[in-house]
Amino acid sequence: MKIRLTAALGLSAVLLFSACAANETPADTATGSSEASAPTSTLEGTLSGKGASSAKVAQETWVAAFQTANPGVTVNYSPDGSGAGREAFIAGGADFAGSDRALKIEENTVGAFVGCAAESAAINVPIYVSPIAVIFNIEGVTDLNLTPEVLAGIFHGDITNWNDPAIAALNPDATLPDLAITAVHRSDESGTTENFTDYLHVAAAGVWTDEPSQEWPVAGGEAAKGTSGVVAAVTNGTGTIGYADASQAGTASIAKVGPEGKFEAPTEEAAATAVENSPVEEGREANDIAIALDRQAEGYPIVLVSYGIACSEYKDAAKGELVSAYLSYVVSEEGQQAAAASAGSAPLSATLRDKVVAAVDSIK
Amino acid sequence: MTTDTREPRVDEPSSAPTSLLRDRRRFGDSLFKGVATGSGTLILIILAAVATFLVGLSIPALTAPGDELPYGPFWSWVFPYAAGTVWAAALAMLFAVPVAIGVALFITHFAPRRLAQGLGYIIDLLAAVPSVVFGLWGINVLAPMVQPIYGWLNSTVGSWPVFSLIFGGQVSGTGRTILTVALVLAVMCLPIITAVTREVFLQTPRLHEEASLALGATRWEMIRQAVLPFGTPGLVSACMLGLGRALGETMAVAMVLSPGAGFHFQLLTSSNPNSIAANIALQFPEAFGLGRNQLIASGLVLFVITLIVNMAARAIVARRAEFSGAN
Amino acid sequence: MHGTISSAQKPRNILTSAQLPKYTSIAMLVASMAVAFGVLALFESATGLMGVLLGSLIYLVSNYALSASVEGPRKAKDRLALNIVTAFFILALFPLVSVIWGTLSKGIARFDGEFFGSSMRNIVGEGGGAVHAIWGTLIITGLATLISVPIGILTAIFLVEYGGSGKAATLARLIRFLVDVMTGIPSIVAGLFAYTIFSILMGPGTNNGLSGASALSVLMIPTVVRSTEEMLRLVPNELREASYALGVPKYRTIWKIVLPTSIAGIVTGVVLGIARVIGETAPLLVTAGITASMNLNPLANPMATLPVFVYYEYTTPGADPTPYIDRAWSGALTLIIIVMGLNLIGRLIAWKFAPKAGR
Repeated sequence: MKIRLTAALGLSAVLLFSACAANETPADTATGSSEASAPTSTLEGTLSGKGASSAKVAQETWVAAFQTANPGVTVNYSPDGSGAGREAFIAGGADFAGSDRALKIEENTVGAFVGCAAESAAINVPIYVSPIAVIFNIEGVTDLNLTPEVLAGIFHGDITNWNDPAIAALNPDATLPDLAITAVHRSDESGTTENFTDYLHVAAAGVWTDEPSQEWPVAGGEAAKGTSGVVAAVTNGTGTIGYADASQAGTASIAKVGPEGKFEAPTEEAAATAVENSPVEEGREANDIAIALDRQAEGYPIVLVSYGIACSEYKDAAKGELVSAYLSYVVSEEGQQAAAASAGSAPLSATLRDKVVAAVDSIK
Repeated sequence: MTTDTREPRVDEPSSAPTSLLRDRRRFGDSLFKGVATGSGTLILIILAAVATFLVGLSIPALTAPGDELPYGPFWSWVFPYAAGTVWAAALAMLFAVPVAIGVALFITHFAPRRLAQGLGYIIDLLAAVPSVVFGLWGINVLAPMVQPIYGWLNSTVGSWPVFSLIFGGQVSGTGRTILTVALVLAVMCLPIITAVTREVFLQTPRLHEEASLALGATRWEMIRQAVLPFGTPGLVSACMLGLGRALGETMAVAMVLSPGAGFHFQLLTSSNPNSIAANIALQFPEAFGLGRNQLIASGLVLFVITLIVNMAARAIVARRAEFSGAN
Repeated sequence: MHGTISSAQKPRNILTSAQLPKYTSIAMLVASMAVAFGVLALFESATGLMGVLLGSLIYLVSNYALSASVEGPRKAKDRLALNIVTAFFILALFPLVSVIWGTLSKGIARFDGEFFGSSMRNIVGEGGGAVHAIWGTLIITGLATLISVPIGILTAIFLVEYGGSGKAATLARLIRFLVDVMTGIPSIVAGLFAYTIFSILMGPGTNNGLSGASALSVLMIPTVVRSTEEMLRLVPNELREASYALGVPKYRTIWKIVLPTSIAGIVTGVVLGIARVIGETAPLLVTAGITASMNLNPLANPMATLPVFVYYEYTTPGADPTPYIDRAWSGALTLIIIVMGLNLIGRLIAWKFAPKAGR
């Protein structure tokens, strides 16, 4: 008995008690996904970011490549949520924030930010664009076309069965079963919900009368926590439909959405096109870029744009240099492509990127 | 003892050995008593700090006018969550308590003695499973498994007069209902209740049991006459520990439940009353300003609910103790 | 056995009445299951779960009826109780087996050297490991144990040994009540509390290991106090009195007599307390946060822990989710193994220090 116990303890000790990680040697160049130049960087320090969990994998990708290029730097990004990120940034608890919406003009006043220089306000830069897919699980159906009006009807609870004539009219080839629709939405507040309801509000104004909001505004339907929860609920259920980041859809089928005759799948290109065709919000400083998404633009306009929020000038100049360097990599073509590969986001278009790069370079 | 008296008397060489001995004892005693009392008082301080934190951050939400709060007027907003918390926990206890008593009885009085200890260890293992894993299990294993049963229940008894209040409504297509949550919570409380109940049942005086058996009672009659009356206060106490976990469980509920608006008793629909703790976990990451205060104020409500439940339990235990002959 | 006995219904003597042969129960169980599946097959709705449920029900009823007619009602009730209790036990095993099997089968994929050798720093997609989270969990839980166990045990000693009379009794009653209240603090509230306190002490938005440990202590202390209190109460008063009679001061009596006697139970309680908090996710999400790098300093910077690691790997996977989900399950498996190991160590300690005399 005793010998066996001792042996078990010893074994677990050998397994666990290596107080260093093999991938964390001081001259860390082995891992990482980018082919960044040899570590000649002189940047040093720790950067803490906080915010949206939607961009977590993209942030991990950027952090990995950035740390590989600058071995003296550690970047921590905690995906606590957009609201938590903005709160922490305002209070000076985070050096930059990731947020599923830009700081509003009235929130962004000079001197409101503890970590920023006294005469500095914050800037928003779009860093992550992700199409939101409409996913479903109906036995025997893999392709589904939906207009915004029908989509709104389903999620509003007006259309309750898959054999509804409104759906059948859009999908003459599909054999739609006599099956109740379970529409799955997010149970937590999220930027995904805000963008999805904003789309329904604009593109299907006749059916969807609720204002866009982070919290699901309509009673009824099924709710699930987080993107992964929605995907699990849709995949495990029958007759289910939901909305989720396109990259996380997994094995669920993806619907094509758009006005009749112009159904689009949520591809990166279609999402990037829609963002490109949307105007930049008026009334902001030149380096403060927020996109006023046009939900009826060409392409696939059900997209989520996630922003990086930083000071235009930091109290601590060294911090400013670090944040500027990090965000420069994030919005560079290389950074955007790396995120597209690992997180399935849509890279910023060239014209938008030029503007964003200029904004990031202005960070002091 | 004897070694104490032989230690060199450095401090007060003039005093008599006996009085010194007493002094040393007194010093040791009062030091030990002081440390122990201090620990107890520290708990008071910690709890006071938690309470201050809760109340302090709740006040802005409790005093603000209803239309300024991001989630609407406080009391009408918090009521469905409070009711949902109690409802889910009560259902969980309904499932967990009989099973836990059964398991504890099986281990202590029915299973072969040699097997019993191993079995107890196995049930204890359930306590080792982190709540995230229970959440994953609830979504991916339990919910799809029980969904057909829910459909059957709903179609057979869902339209009966009284049953429709509980089994009626549009049945969920995924099985992620409050009944599933109650089952997950029951599994999570089970090891806690079982562990304590088992210990209590083991403490039943041998003489009581043997007296009962000697009078010709069957094993079940012996349990009813000797074991259960003796164990009732301990059982209530165990249930309270389990109930505490069921009321406060956050992550598993947040992951499994499909919450909707308002409160109702229907168990099989997609629109379920949410629990306070899960709601905080769901909304807190995106909340800001007054919204955070409002969520923390709902935490205060949960705190008060727990307090009331515990007071009720104490009262029950105290009353039962008067009547039960065992001590 | 006197007085008028109605013709057919003689009161039975439990010792002499007929008994069912031993194999009856097993035979009836098999038959009941067969009937249940047969009936369900007729209605073409034979799911395994419903078949087993229906079969068990048929067995319970028929076994009771048969026993009642042959052996008499008292024996039948006894059998019914045995059957129900056994059924409950099997019922309780089902989720356990299901959970453990699921974790094991899914977690074994990445349960390899790299998982225990590397952190997630500069890892995207494939590869990587959880050594940073394992260390974080060990450090934070260790600190929480260091804080909670002395406070918890000393408080229990106060309640049992000193809280019997006078002013102390009032204080003891108050503490006992508040400890009950503490068991009901929702874990997320404990997390928010620690987060707020450390934000005040160390600047806004602080994430570090110590705040995580404080949050866990708030959850762990009541478990330790309650179980220790129960165990100390079981120490017979005769032992204490014998010790006093030999002239041993009270504090030495507690230290040398009371604590060793109850050490096994106390250790069980401590291990239960650790098991309760080591898997907590919600409070650690807000306090210790998450990082991809190794951090052994609990005083500064975020610290990864296994439950939080599992949570994020599962909820926010990349475009190819498989490596993330695999890491999540391996993390869960590691956590379960750690708790099992702690259980073993606890039992070892209890067995080593407990007084050897049998009962």
